[in-house]
Amino acid sequence: MVTGLINENPIIYPKKERRLRTDTSTTDEDIKDPEHPNTLEDLRVVTEDSVEVDDENSYVRVTFTPTVEHCSMATVIGLCVRVKLLRSLPSRYKIDIRVAPGSHATEDALNKQLNDKERVAAALENPNLVEMVDECLPSEE
Amino acid sequence: MVEPNQLTQHLETFVDITRSPTQQDDSLKAIASSLENDSLSINQLVREMEMYLTTTDNVVRARGILLLAEILDCLKAKPLNDTIVHTLVGFFTEKLADWRAVRGALVGCLALMKRKDVAGVVTDIDAQAMAKSMIQNVQVQALALHERKLGFELLECLLQQHSEAIVTMGNLLVYATCEAIDGEKDPQCLMIVFHLIELLAQLFPSPSGPLASDASDLFEVIGCYFPLHFTHTKDDEANIRREDLSRGLLLAISSTPFFEPYAIPLLLEKLSSSLPVAKVDSLKCLKDCAMKYGVDRMKKHYGGLWSALKDTFYSSTGTHLSFAPESLTSPGFEMNEIHREAVSLLQRLVKQDISFLGFVVDDIGINMVFDTISRYSQYKEMPDTSKLEVLVISQILSVSAKSSVQSCNIIFQAIFFRLMNTLGIVEKTSTGDVVQNGNSTVSTRLYHGGLHLCIELLAASKDLILGFEESSPTPGYAQESWFSMVKSFSVPLIQVFTSAVLSSNDDSVTDVYFGVKGLLTMGMFWGGSSPISRSEFEKILMTLTSIITAKSGKTVVWELALKALVCIGSFIDRYNESDKAMSYMSIVVDNLVSLACSSHCGLPYQMILEATSEVCSTGPTYVEKMVQGLEEAFCSSLSEFYVNGNFKSIDNCSQLLGCLTNKLLPSVAEIDGLEKLLVHFAISMWNQIETSGVFSCDFNGREFVEAAMTTMRQVVGIASVDSQNSIIQKAYSVVSSSTLPAMESIPLTFVALEGLQRDLSSRDELILSLFASVIIAASPAASIPDAKSLVHLLLVSLLKGYIPAAQALGSMINKLGSGSGGTNTSRDCSLEEACAVIFQADFASGKKISSNGSTKIMFGSETTLSKICLGYCGSLDLQTRTITGLAWIGKGLLMRGYERVNEIALVLVECLKSTNCSGHALHPSAMKHAADAFSTLMSDSEVCLNRKFHAVIRPLYKQRFFSTIVPILESLIMNSQTPLSRTMLHVALAHVISNVPVTVILDNTKKLQPLILEGLSVLSLDSVEKETLFSLLLVLSGTLTDTKGKQSASDNAHIIIECLIKLTSYPHLMVVRETAIQCLVALLELPHRRIYPFRREVLQAIAKSLDDPKRRVREEAIRCRQAWLVT
Repeated sequence: MVTGLINENPIIYPKKERRLRTDTSTTDEDIKDPEHPNTLEDLRVVTEDSVEVDDENSYVRVTFTPTVEHCSMATVIGLCVRVKLLRSLPSRYKIDIRVAPGSHATEDALNKQLNDKERVAAALENPNLVEMVDECLPSEE
Repeated sequence: MVEPNQLTQHLETFVDITRSPTQQDDSLKAIASSLENDSLSINQLVREMEMYLTTTDNVVRARGILLLAEILDCLKAKPLNDTIVHTLVGFFTEKLADWRAVRGALVGCLALMKRKDVAGVVTDIDAQAMAKSMIQNVQVQALALHERKLGFELLECLLQQHSEAIVTMGNLLVYATCEAIDGEKDPQCLMIVFHLIELLAQLFPSPSGPLASDASDLFEVIGCYFPLHFTHTKDDEANIRREDLSRGLLLAISSTPFFEPYAIPLLLEKLSSSLPVAKVDSLKCLKDCAMKYGVDRMKKHYGGLWSALKDTFYSSTGTHLSFAPESLTSPGFEMNEIHREAVSLLQRLVKQDISFLGFVVDDIGINMVFDTISRYSQYKEMPDTSKLEVLVISQILSVSAKSSVQSCNIIFQAIFFRLMNTLGIVEKTSTGDVVQNGNSTVSTRLYHGGLHLCIELLAASKDLILGFEESSPTPGYAQESWFSMVKSFSVPLIQVFTSAVLSSNDDSVTDVYFGVKGLLTMGMFWGGSSPISRSEFEKILMTLTSIITAKSGKTVVWELALKALVCIGSFIDRYNESDKAMSYMSIVVDNLVSLACSSHCGLPYQMILEATSEVCSTGPTYVEKMVQGLEEAFCSSLSEFYVNGNFKSIDNCSQLLGCLTNKLLPSVAEIDGLEKLLVHFAISMWNQIETSGVFSCDFNGREFVEAAMTTMRQVVGIASVDSQNSIIQKAYSVVSSSTLPAMESIPLTFVALEGLQRDLSSRDELILSLFASVIIAASPAASIPDAKSLVHLLLVSLLKGYIPAAQALGSMINKLGSGSGGTNTSRDCSLEEACAVIFQADFASGKKISSNGSTKIMFGSETTLSKICLGYCGSLDLQTRTITGLAWIGKGLLMRGYERVNEIALVLVECLKSTNCSGHALHPSAMKHAADAFSTLMSDSEVCLNRKFHAVIRPLYKQRFFSTIVPILESLIMNSQTPLSRTMLHVALAHVISNVPVTVILDNTKKLQPLILEGLSVLSLDSVEKETLFSLLLVLSGTLTDTKGKQSASDNAHIIIECLIKLTSYPHLMVVRETAIQCLVALLELPHRRIYPFRREVLQAIAKSLDDPKRRVREEAIRCRQAWLVT
């Protein structure tokens, strides 16, 4: 497969200063973009504001914005975010991952796919996919 | 002589390009060495090589010539006769034209050029021929990197060594150099190229010379490198940095005045760029150029230079002015590199040519600034542009004024009157005359901008005097006009600043800041004939001192004034101003010290002490005064306390002692004679206590006793042995005059000891504690009178529960000379005798009786101390005190390596047993004390028995104790029956393990790891032991990360993991959970097959930690989970 990158020249934003956190929100800023060596935060795919945490009700909602509308990596990004959260959060949390409204061509399908337990589980059975996800999640931060 | 065919072989090897470089190198070396030891002559060699040197095969010829050249390179120090050198030079010069062999030719020429003086060198005529051939035949830029470098080096050599010979080549040389260097890009070559330009500039200094006519071409070639852009970092083997290259380029540009018409416009243009590096380089280069090109050439650029400089100042200055005490002695705003370079360029220009100052003084901005100043009175009211304007203009003027006396005069003449006018110090009368305003305090307008400008100017003139004085000793500045101006305005200026200091409007901090800074500047004019008279100087000091002593509390004003006084003090001390020192002493020091003595002012005592100690630390004489003052203050406060029962004065006493220990003692090494003063202080402390009689009221000044003990310990610790002896004597006499010796008559029998209480009067307790401090800090060489009865006294005191007495006893037996030892000082008591008193001789009868192969330890039942410890008699209270006391005694013995410590250790161990020789277990609290005694034994103490207090420390004492005690504890743990005893044994073991150096643990990991793990699980049951648990866990984590420890960790993996998992939910201490999780990560280093079975278990445990209440634990948990998931 000799196709070029989907988004060849992404804009890289400066990292925001970390504010001191007291809530339970855990780090997902260090997930790498599947296509570029930058982190999702560098590319503003996920920002601090786009993560909602409700500690009392054990609920997390992440809204991410793919760099381009037809980004085929959106599923992989979503999967990475989910895996990272699965591994970082206590099991009591319900995790909801969405694409920002209007930022992707097949928004509904994507949301459905990302929040479908069966499909996520199936995806994580796929060794190729798991390898890709693990590559995106650097073990040392 | 080398065999001809062997030589041929070597030659063949080198010429054959299919051979490996090492082989070729070896043959080169072989030939060179045979030439070196004269077994082969050059003539023979050349004859032998003839074929290689002249063949038409290009490759062979090139290799042949290179070989000859390399050989010559090895023989630089070997004497050769002139004919040979001449012939060789001729040969290589000719070969420069042979482009296929040019490398060899270059190497050869270079080797010949670099020959040592004594060994025959190239003549000027030969050099000229070589230069010609080089210029005509070698196209440097067409060559490869290495050859280019050689070419430049050859040129460099020619220019350096044969400048007279080749100077005649004139234009040709310059032109050829120009051509050779045009477009060079390699950093190493560039370094040489820049140097070449410098050499050319030195060679042709004449304005009608070839360089002058070709300057524009040459500059075009090198100018394009400016500003230098070079981003390569380390991996370059030549290790050339940007700074080196940029420095080389600057030197090249400033090398000759002929570059001036081209260089200055270029530099000015680059100065206006937005690239910081370009700005810095331009400024540096302009400074160099200004120096080298000379005033005449620079003059025509002054207009451009001034405006560029001004812009640079504006763009590199921030508007944030700091009003903190730290910025009193600095400009008060941040300086970046651009700013610093701009300052030094301006200074250089003004110093070099006073006419440049015309541009500065006539600048429109200078006139405008007065408007700005009088428009806003408050600094914070100014808009940023005005702030910037004031700061920049002040900076420019002060820098210019600082450059030379002349410039200082001009600037003061130009603006000082106007400035005074703006500030309201001078007013124009109707007749137009300028008079000094008499009552300036009334109408003074405190314009912050004006004050800032004024202070900057004064500071500049102050610095000018200092610089002036350092270079020439005669004070010739008194006639200068700036001097008389400052002098005539000094009185009103001081008034203005004083009124600013005392101002109380809403922005008083800024007012005060400027006021104090102004006074400080005025107070730092150097020399006997400074523009500030002595009475004015004293007025400044008085103003500042009055702020310190005013009952205002600790405010910014107070801190500023103190800082200013300290600055003036250190200034006086640094420049040895004896007159001013006297004023300073009488006004500032005396005042503050007397304040410290009286303690009746409204200021908190802590602040007085702080001010006094800060001010006095500026000079040794002040320190003396201060210690004397404090001594007096201490005595009067103490007597005040015991006569009138004034509790406030005892508080003052402890603060005073605290100040002495914290502020003065650290500087004892720097100030001569301070030690003596402090010893005197200590003795007068004793005197005061001696005369104090009975305290009139109940005394519960724990704080005071602590402070007095600390001071006493520290003073004795730093004192010389003689001084220590005198303090000990004094202390002993006080002790013997008190009621303490009565205790010596208490016999060490059960009956007598049973009724002991903590019953000393508060005075006696103070005396005892202080005396203990003296003993603790005394060096082994100091002599202690009547030691035997003192041992008795301390022993009784410790049984009464006075810990300092126990520490003193420990220190004493740590330092006593042994009876037969060579270093026995003339004391009436040896170590053995002291031990005899302590252990009552019978103690030694504790014997090991072996029966049935098992070891049973029996103790001399007559020994009083051990009996008390084991609870044969006496209350529980007495028991715990005895155990603690015994621990300190044991520590003293342990550190010096005396074997009787084992007896003590055995008693302590006995205390921990579930059934000891008394047949029953001890009370839990006594057991706990016995377990903690091991911590006392093994850990380093801050209070006593350390290097600072001259303890006798035997090397590796911890290791020795470790190896004796651990097996005993281990076997007891195995056999212990009750859970309590088991826990306590583990606590003791944990203390021992966590205090021994980690290498010892690593040597015994196999044996210790199971013990540690068991200890961890036992200790985790009780929250009381959380600190001990943590230190033990740290030891475990140390073993896990070490290679030696990993093997045994791998064997014990299942227990370790089980234990760590338990600890990840340890509720009492967060660091324990965190460390446990980190240990789990560290375990991943073990072989995969060992840890994989536990993966599921660990992940489950960590999942719980993800919900830990502490963020740090959660973060560790995430890291750990991630790490274990990928296994």
